[in-house]
Amino acid sequence: MQTLVAYVENKPGVLNRVASLARRLAINIDSLTVGPTENEEIARMTIVAHTDGCGALRLEASLEKLVDVLLAENISDRALLERDLALIKVAADQQNRPHLMELIKVFRARVVDVSPESLIIEVSGTVDKIDGLLEVLRPFGVLEMARSGRISMTRGSDLLRPPEPEAVSAAALASAVSGAK
Amino acid sequence: MKLTGAEILCESLARLGVREIFGYPGGAILPVYDALGKSRLHHVLVRHEQGATHMADGYARASGGIGVAMATSGPGATNMVTGIATAMLDSSPIVCITGQVSSKILGSDAFQEVDITGITMPITKHNVVVTRAGDVARTIREAFVIAQSGRPGPVLVDITKDAQQAAAEFDWDASVPKLPPKRIRNHHNQAEFDRAVELLNTAKRPLVLAGHGILVSGGVHAFERFIRAGSYPVAMTLLGIGCFPARDPLNLGMMGMHGEAWVNNAIQEADLLIAVGMRFDDRVTGDLRTYARNARKIHVEIDRAEINKNVKVDAALIGDAREILEKITPYIDARNHDAWIRRIDELKGDSAVRDIQSLPDTGHLYAAHVINDLWKETRGEAIVVTDVGQHQMWEAQYYHHDRPRTLITSGGLGTMGFALPAAIGAKFAKPGSEVWVVAGDGGFQMTMSELATIVQEKINLKIAIINNGYLGMVRQWQEFFYDKRYVATPLVAPDFVALANAFGIRGERITARSEVIPAIRAAREVQESVLLDFRVEQEDSVYPMVPAGASLHEMIRRPHSPLVETASDA
Repeated sequence: MQTLVAYVENKPGVLNRVASLARRLAINIDSLTVGPTENEEIARMTIVAHTDGCGALRLEASLEKLVDVLLAENISDRALLERDLALIKVAADQQNRPHLMELIKVFRARVVDVSPESLIIEVSGTVDKIDGLLEVLRPFGVLEMARSGRISMTRGSDLLRPPEPEAVSAAALASAVSGAK
Repeated sequence: MKLTGAEILCESLARLGVREIFGYPGGAILPVYDALGKSRLHHVLVRHEQGATHMADGYARASGGIGVAMATSGPGATNMVTGIATAMLDSSPIVCITGQVSSKILGSDAFQEVDITGITMPITKHNVVVTRAGDVARTIREAFVIAQSGRPGPVLVDITKDAQQAAAEFDWDASVPKLPPKRIRNHHNQAEFDRAVELLNTAKRPLVLAGHGILVSGGVHAFERFIRAGSYPVAMTLLGIGCFPARDPLNLGMMGMHGEAWVNNAIQEADLLIAVGMRFDDRVTGDLRTYARNARKIHVEIDRAEINKNVKVDAALIGDAREILEKITPYIDARNHDAWIRRIDELKGDSAVRDIQSLPDTGHLYAAHVINDLWKETRGEAIVVTDVGQHQMWEAQYYHHDRPRTLITSGGLGTMGFALPAAIGAKFAKPGSEVWVVAGDGGFQMTMSELATIVQEKINLKIAIINNGYLGMVRQWQEFFYDKRYVATPLVAPDFVALANAFGIRGERITARSEVIPAIRAAREVQESVLLDFRVEQEDSVYPMVPAGASLHEMIRRPHSPLVETASDA
């Protein structure tokens, strides 16, 4: 599993281009999250892909060829923080509710909705942590689940920033014409 | 100044240096055609939109500038798909402009509506829908920059009919392209550069693999200085042909599936490959597991996604071929590789004897003879535009190109039907040059309707049909790998001479070797288009051949006596 971060233009169709590229390279995407950044014209993606280091390199380089992609970077081998958010609706009656609450506490999850027959549990953390909670909840009866997919960020001073805008060079403008050279 | 979107488009194209547009009108692009009529642009009416894209492509490849094709929405746009993919695979800068239904009814399956940006997403470098007249100028300027910058490629601009009709302020200066910034990686990676210099200066058996990127970057002179500095032998990819004079002793010729045996064997024996602007396509490498196992590799390439894709390299220099060659040449120690070049000469062995040109005239007309005679008669100075198949490989083997951009051919996609329309585009790019179409009887029938375009535009093209009555390359594979079961390859063709005459074009049939040169001379003497129908041996094959998936050195060599294999002798 490889994790890539991409900064993209916040425009319609960009998600389609990114997803279509992965399909063309025959790379299966495990999760892809996209959301705005502090700059509203730029969105950030975290792409988790079923591939090896070579495949990730190809994906990274090919992504950067897309005009709307500002930066793509494979961060799999770097110190990074990853988070997945899940909402889990689990069957809960008077008898097993206390037991459930104990487990929720152990996993540092929260109960965000209560009804006579069920609870909605909110949990965030690594994929392993959420998978672990899911495992212990299964015997109670998981009625519904929604997961956000992973978002990732490199730790500390290892900054991932989109490149600063600069004008198209005069040379590029001059060569982009029809007619014989 | 207020103009309609259609007028802004025409004005912008003119300011971008466009003189000719290759296109076909229709409902959703009519406002643009109305504006075209009042502009200084010349519109070339094609007979099928695929032809328009190939013409734009041929124009771009012959000129080094950008070719422009235009079509209406729906079927007009979908007919462009093959030509767009052809340009994509060969990194050819074309801009395709399509009409689209009005923005208010987008997505409603309106008459002649098709999601052409969705369809062409994987085969364009970029594409975009324009729904506002005010966005037209900037979008077109961006399209031109994207098509030509970095690794070039096709860009499609889909303009809704209401955007063509609406009026907007036209301000050229304010419409300067605003493209997302790109980080250029590894461009001046000193460690890679130093490693490359060290490899170059220590290799005993170096070989340069020259590709299309040299031509695209305008790096022909820089390349020659690089080659001279190190006295490197050069092998060319199909699209690299012309980047270095064929007559130069250091030029070994074409490599790969139909490369000469000594070229492929030299690659297998080399201790250093310097790949410049090429991408180790499977037609060039054969089996990757056995490819150039003795060689370290340096890859000079503008597209980072090509590095280590097929062949793992020891040093990657990412960037424009010309810039990199200019930068590295001063670091090359003057060396001679006489022993290595002598070894390559040894590898030639009896190739010259086996060469079909060495055979006496036995009454058989071989395609290789026709093409070699064409080369001699035109002194190698014509622009030759080929189709795809056997004749294409014979052209690459027997027409010796000394100058860049004189061979125009569909390499990556291998698009049959490319030659005739691409040659029309090339002729518009280089009206003073002699342009020859070399096509097979199969591919020619795919786009021969463009003969009418030639006549309507009154242009002077020479057309050589290498007519063997088969889809020859497929037949050759059937002969070698399917036990001569010729399924769906025998081909009935019209009487091409009568066909040409029906279009108002002169035609001549040639059936003997002695008639070839007189026919070529007669065709060159007249200032109008001529079609020559060369009836060549039916079951001749292209040699040598590396079977698909075989190792590069495992070639099927030309038999000593090719005549026994022909149908008429059997």
